[in-house]
Amino acid sequence: MYVRQLQVTDFRSWAHADLTFEPGVSVLVGANGQGKTNLIEAIGYVATLGSHRAPTDAPLVRHGSTRAIVRTAVVNAGRELLVELEITPGKSNRARINRAPVGRPRDVLGVLRTVLFAPEDIALVRGDPAERRRFLDELLVARSPRYAGIRGDYDRVLKQRSALLKTAGAARRAGARGEELATLDVWDGHLARHGAELLAARLDLVADLGPHVAAAHAGVAPESRPVEVRYRSTLGAALPDGYGVPGGGRADPEALADALLAELGRIRAQEVERGVCLVGPHRDELELVLGEAPARGYASHGESWSFALALRLGAFHLLRGEGTEPVLLLDDVFAELDRRRRERLAEVAAEAEQVLVTAAVEEDLPEKLAGARYEVRDGEVSRAG
Amino acid sequence: MYEGPVQDLIDELGRLPGIGPKSAQRIAFHLLAADPADIGRLQDALQRVREGVVFCEVCGNVAEQSICRICADPRRDPKLVCVVEEPKDVLAIERTREYRGRYHVLGGALDPLSGVGPDQLRIRELLNRIGTDEITEIILATDPNTEGEATATYLVRLLRDFPGLAVTRLASGLPMGGDLEFADELTLGRALTGRRAV
Repeated sequence: MYVRQLQVTDFRSWAHADLTFEPGVSVLVGANGQGKTNLIEAIGYVATLGSHRAPTDAPLVRHGSTRAIVRTAVVNAGRELLVELEITPGKSNRARINRAPVGRPRDVLGVLRTVLFAPEDIALVRGDPAERRRFLDELLVARSPRYAGIRGDYDRVLKQRSALLKTAGAARRAGARGEELATLDVWDGHLARHGAELLAARLDLVADLGPHVAAAHAGVAPESRPVEVRYRSTLGAALPDGYGVPGGGRADPEALADALLAELGRIRAQEVERGVCLVGPHRDELELVLGEAPARGYASHGESWSFALALRLGAFHLLRGEGTEPVLLLDDVFAELDRRRRERLAEVAAEAEQVLVTAAVEEDLPEKLAGARYEVRDGEVSRAG
Repeated sequence: MYEGPVQDLIDELGRLPGIGPKSAQRIAFHLLAADPADIGRLQDALQRVREGVVFCEVCGNVAEQSICRICADPRRDPKLVCVVEEPKDVLAIERTREYRGRYHVLGGALDPLSGVGPDQLRIRELLNRIGTDEITEIILATDPNTEGEATATYLVRLLRDFPGLAVTRLASGLPMGGDLEFADELTLGRALTGRRAV
């Protein structure tokens, strides 16, 4: 698939912008602060309904406006779909596909699939486990949009159960008999059911993604130690063998629901004592292993970059292998990479159906990266070649 | 900001559900320009709601007397009780004109985030009704969302041990007049799981 047109209104620094793209490589060149990344961010938002830079929608709206509009025409296998999003912070966003309103913005997920690589991705390796969980969940949604709903349901149950644990813990410390816990069994059941679906999907994803990441890493950093991704569940030893491992069995949600339920029962006293939910995919971790050591804390700056790049390229190859060609978005990353990795990335970019790249200066780009050039300056975008 | 009473009115209106600041302002100025007789009727209506509305002693629905019209109606099947969250759900089911049983209004759903547990809902009243009346079937019609599902599961646990009592849950599935291709995966998945032989 490729993005044929992008129009934004009151998005970040842009009062208005209107760009048309073709398949292949397109590079947005311009000095810092001209708004190149904002355009990439807009395309990423249509694909994931989130920004890779801001955790909330408020900074996405141009200062002084109340809402931002992003419109993209996406061509997939010769068929064009027009996706429009109206982003209103503090309210629910609205979405239209081919001018027809859709019930929930979530329904536009899947129309556009992207893999975005940006300087912020160093946090995938060095940041908190939450960063890696988000990486997995976004990839799950790109793979199958229904996981956005499953993730939403899980978060809702988790919030309710955590609230119950907190009040129950407080009441117990105050000397009450645990009557607040009468409904905990019910929430346990729902948490286990929704959690198991999410967990099973993540385990299968890690099993499928692992070989792609290892191969991508061997390509960008052949001299480096090999890398591996492992899913570490709060189920610990209760996780059935072979789940989440390449070549292992597909994860069975029912077996996982039983395991989660048993584990919740086992540590109930501890959960009530601490007033927090200790078991479930919201506390799981994607372990990144470099050689024998965990990448987080042990990898050098360069090694961390290679690993982050390998995760994104692995995701790109995984999605490609499953039928839909995702749009590759490379935001300001060539300046961060050394020559070999630049060239390796340019090779992958040349295979993609469409790549959108931003760079401050043309010199940062590898020579192999041919394609259309757009100049971004003073709130204007002009086609430069 | 407007001065004094006008701003007070806008603020009060803005606290109502579904009314934002702009709508509140529009309604406030509409009221300012309205006929005093209209305002009087609105005032009366508000006053009567405050003084006059009671909740049915049996089902918990809003009523004018101590027993609501539905519970007092001898033509209604007393063996069948439909459990809903809010009085507005009673109205929704009544509009179908399909249901001839009675109701039980819980007054909400389990919602620990808002501090709502079983004791805040009319669950004990429901158990008392089952103990004394001739009820043979309970239809659980709580909302099909996280809180409604949790409430239904909780009630199933409480009710399944009553001898001779059938507990059923509203089916969930495809909307009538809709297109299969536009149904979301969750709804379609449930419709498949809950399919029936024809």
